[in-house]
Amino acid sequence: MATNSLDSIMEKWEPVIGLEVHAQLATQSKIFCRCRRTYGAAPNSHTCPVCLGYPGVLPVLNEQVVEFAIRMGQAVGCRVRSLSRFARKNYFYPDLPKGYQISQYDEPLCEGGSLSFYMEDGSVKTVGITRIHLEEDAGKAIHGLEDESYIDFNRCGTPLVEIVSEPDIRSPQEARRYLERLKQTLQYAGVSEADMEKGHLRCDANISVRPRGDGEFGTRTEMKNLNSFRGVERGLAYEIRRQVDILEQGGEVEQCTLTWDEAASETHLLRTKEEAQDYRYFPEPDLVPLEVDPDWVKAIKAELPELPAQIEERFTRDYNLRFQDIEILTRERELAAYYEAVVDGGVSPTEAARWVLGEVLRVLKEEHQEIGEFPMRPEALSELIKLCSQGIINRNTAKSVFDIMLTENLSAAEIVKRDQLGQVSDSATLEDTVLQVVSGLPAELERYRKGETRLLGFFMGQVMQATKGKGDPQVVRGILQRVLDEA
Amino acid sequence: MTPRLSERIEAFPAALKEQSELNAVITDTSSQALAHLDGDGTQGPLSDCLLAIKDNLNLVDSPTTCASWTLAGYISPYTATPVQRLLDAGAAIVAKTNLDEFAMGSSTEYSCFGPTRNPYNPDLVPGGSSGGSAVAVAAELVDAALGSDTGGSVRQPAAFCGLFGLKPTYGRVSRYGLVAFASSFDQVSVFARDIDLTARVFEVIAGHDPLDSTSAAEPVTSFSYDEEHARSLTIGIAREYEHEGLDEEIGSRYRNLIKFLKSEDFTVKEVSLPHTDYGIAAYYILTTAEASSNLARYDGIRYGMRARVEGDLEGLYTDTRSSGFGPEVQRRIMLGTYVLSAGYMDRYYICAQRVRRLIQRDFLHAFKEVDLLLTPTTPTLPFPIGTKVDDPLTMYLSDVFTVPMSLAGVPAMNIPMGQSRGGLPIGLQLTANYFREETIFQLSRFIEQRYSV
Ligand SMILES: [Zn+2]
Repeated sequence: MATNSLDSIMEKWEPVIGLEVHAQLATQSKIFCRCRRTYGAAPNSHTCPVCLGYPGVLPVLNEQVVEFAIRMGQAVGCRVRSLSRFARKNYFYPDLPKGYQISQYDEPLCEGGSLSFYMEDGSVKTVGITRIHLEEDAGKAIHGLEDESYIDFNRCGTPLVEIVSEPDIRSPQEARRYLERLKQTLQYAGVSEADMEKGHLRCDANISVRPRGDGEFGTRTEMKNLNSFRGVERGLAYEIRRQVDILEQGGEVEQCTLTWDEAASETHLLRTKEEAQDYRYFPEPDLVPLEVDPDWVKAIKAELPELPAQIEERFTRDYNLRFQDIEILTRERELAAYYEAVVDGGVSPTEAARWVLGEVLRVLKEEHQEIGEFPMRPEALSELIKLCSQGIINRNTAKSVFDIMLTENLSAAEIVKRDQLGQVSDSATLEDTVLQVVSGLPAELERYRKGETRLLGFFMGQVMQATKGKGDPQVVRGILQRVLDEA
Repeated sequence: MTPRLSERIEAFPAALKEQSELNAVITDTSSQALAHLDGDGTQGPLSDCLLAIKDNLNLVDSPTTCASWTLAGYISPYTATPVQRLLDAGAAIVAKTNLDEFAMGSSTEYSCFGPTRNPYNPDLVPGGSSGGSAVAVAAELVDAALGSDTGGSVRQPAAFCGLFGLKPTYGRVSRYGLVAFASSFDQVSVFARDIDLTARVFEVIAGHDPLDSTSAAEPVTSFSYDEEHARSLTIGIAREYEHEGLDEEIGSRYRNLIKFLKSEDFTVKEVSLPHTDYGIAAYYILTTAEASSNLARYDGIRYGMRARVEGDLEGLYTDTRSSGFGPEVQRRIMLGTYVLSAGYMDRYYICAQRVRRLIQRDFLHAFKEVDLLLTPTTPTLPFPIGTKVDDPLTMYLSDVFTVPMSLAGVPAMNIPMGQSRGGLPIGLQLTANYFREETIFQLSRFIEQRYSV
């Protein structure tokens, strides 16, 4: 394996990558039966004769599945066919109860869209979407400690969309950003939980390399099992190196299917071109062609939730935040919504961003939490921020209050009151304290009055200490100045 | 609750035993029927009827064997929609009947339970694949029975056993719970000894079912005989059915009926169905293609027979499927897999689909001119058991007159037309336009009343 860095390889060679992403749709029930769609339930507890492929059963298409797929199609600007068809993809595997998967083949539901996203340098990349089609998920084989295997059919019949990109991707980083953007779009459109760790999102890639400047595509290989963002980036980099190595040694890349082994950081050969599976696609006779009313598509489009590109634009316009901050705040719809709720509580957008990006994300990271699990309601955070910006508590105190609020079900104001954390800005009280402190330090006062004015800082520190940090620094400074200068 | 019916259910096991040499029944479900009857005495359009169902229709808590070792030990967890509709109409379902394995055959010889015999002559076949249901009705074990007709599997045994055998329009009757052979052809069908009961059973099982998205929403009209209406029907005779292989006695009965209808002042027109000759080839390509996929689920993983529990997955599949399926089923799976393979798909499957559309068009053209088509049902009389089992091509030709209607999806029915000189049943076939089953009933009733052989 060459030791050249990927960057130097890519100066001479250009990878051509297309991704096929399977996303589970977050519908109530499965695609062809009434079983609930679940995750982590007891094995085979959500199955019925239909999804188990018992003799004599028939599929009935779940309308919500079609709606979600159309919504996703609209989110990436696809055309929706008024007539699409289901087809059978035939192959044997124990997790596939009917011996075929119901999918769509030559007449998919959605065609011809695109997805745009920012790269790290701020440039915009657009990748074409060839098609989005519907299909059913298979069950899950679980291999036991000995030689035995078990199958959990709960996942069987879970609705999937397969989103096929054009071969427009030119680097592993682009592939990763495409996948992140796709996940973000699925979540914003509200059609998938798109959690890669739970297998909601699964990615395969087609990849070839060609000398930079060449118009022709090289021989491509197919890579399966790129099931994490890191895996996509590393797996593709590995395969680019492998193909370039072969070509630089005068060899030829052979068409084949590989699988990415994340743990071993290497690919394994799944099958060669000769061993390619013949899926014998033919029209599914148990389902009628899927007719979609154009008015329905229009209605779905009209009700489309705000999408990532739109929210990014809005945040830039309305909140005047830095591009990098917007990118983080909008990565997940729930975080963006949380941030907006904090702003809506009457806090300045910049101040809200500072707290959400700082304290909130810090806690989420430390606690391995999702924003949905974060215990502090956005209104409560707004209230805290307001106490701070009104000068009732200072920033350091506010951070301590924030931490208390995470464990105790009290409002910021209640904590400040209970623990007497409020800043003292009452002039009469502070004046007493200042006079006390100053009269206790006659030597320093003498030096100050002789012109050593930098001692002001020392007096400030002494007074703040005396107020246990609660004195409003601005008020203290004013009184102190006056008292010291009175001669 | 009809006391007479409960007595008849109780008497069923003994009657079955008496007729055991016919081997019509796989599972006696009369005790379940009796329990069902005790539970609630539903009065419905079939509450005086004993019925049998072909053993590729699911009945909850009963075995569904499809006459295959593959399904050994399988007990169904649910009831098929048409079967449930029979039960809801008050019928007592007392038997699940023998068939060609997975409904693939024309003689009921390809069954893991052995062949069913023709009650007119036990050395002859009863036709198939719904032979068990036909024999149960012909031997008067039951009043009516359900079969399934994919290319003639009800009409041909009805002809061989002297019964009415109706294959409704494709989509008329829900296929939910019918074990699939060829999904775009299969249609639950009816056997009875008279036209009234045939129509009554049909009306009970027909109609849209939310569990089968290919079932039709077309309303089901109830049949009431109207002689004037019957006499107004135009009858079509297709010259393509003047087949050279047609049995002489069937041919003469056919011509005789035409002569009779003309003498009764019916308008009889000659029509053409020009693509008839391509029917058999297209039928076997499309049905085996669908079957190869439909039967993929019998892999020994979840239910039914599993050949062995050790070794690799490939071996498990191969051994289970080679020992579970009989020779005819294996032949069709292989044929179907072949016609769908890369490189052959266009030459076979796509081409056959084109033929199917042409044949559909043939029928639509014909029905612009006539209300009904009159044809023979079978080219031959019932043949001896064992004579065609090893000659699949000859066996496939048994369906030459019934397959075109299945390709088109139009309704067709066998009407019994007396017997041959040797005492064997003869049947002729009436075919109507889509969803016009009622037209078939009208003319059948007229013939039943007016025509004597
Ligand atoms: Zn289910």
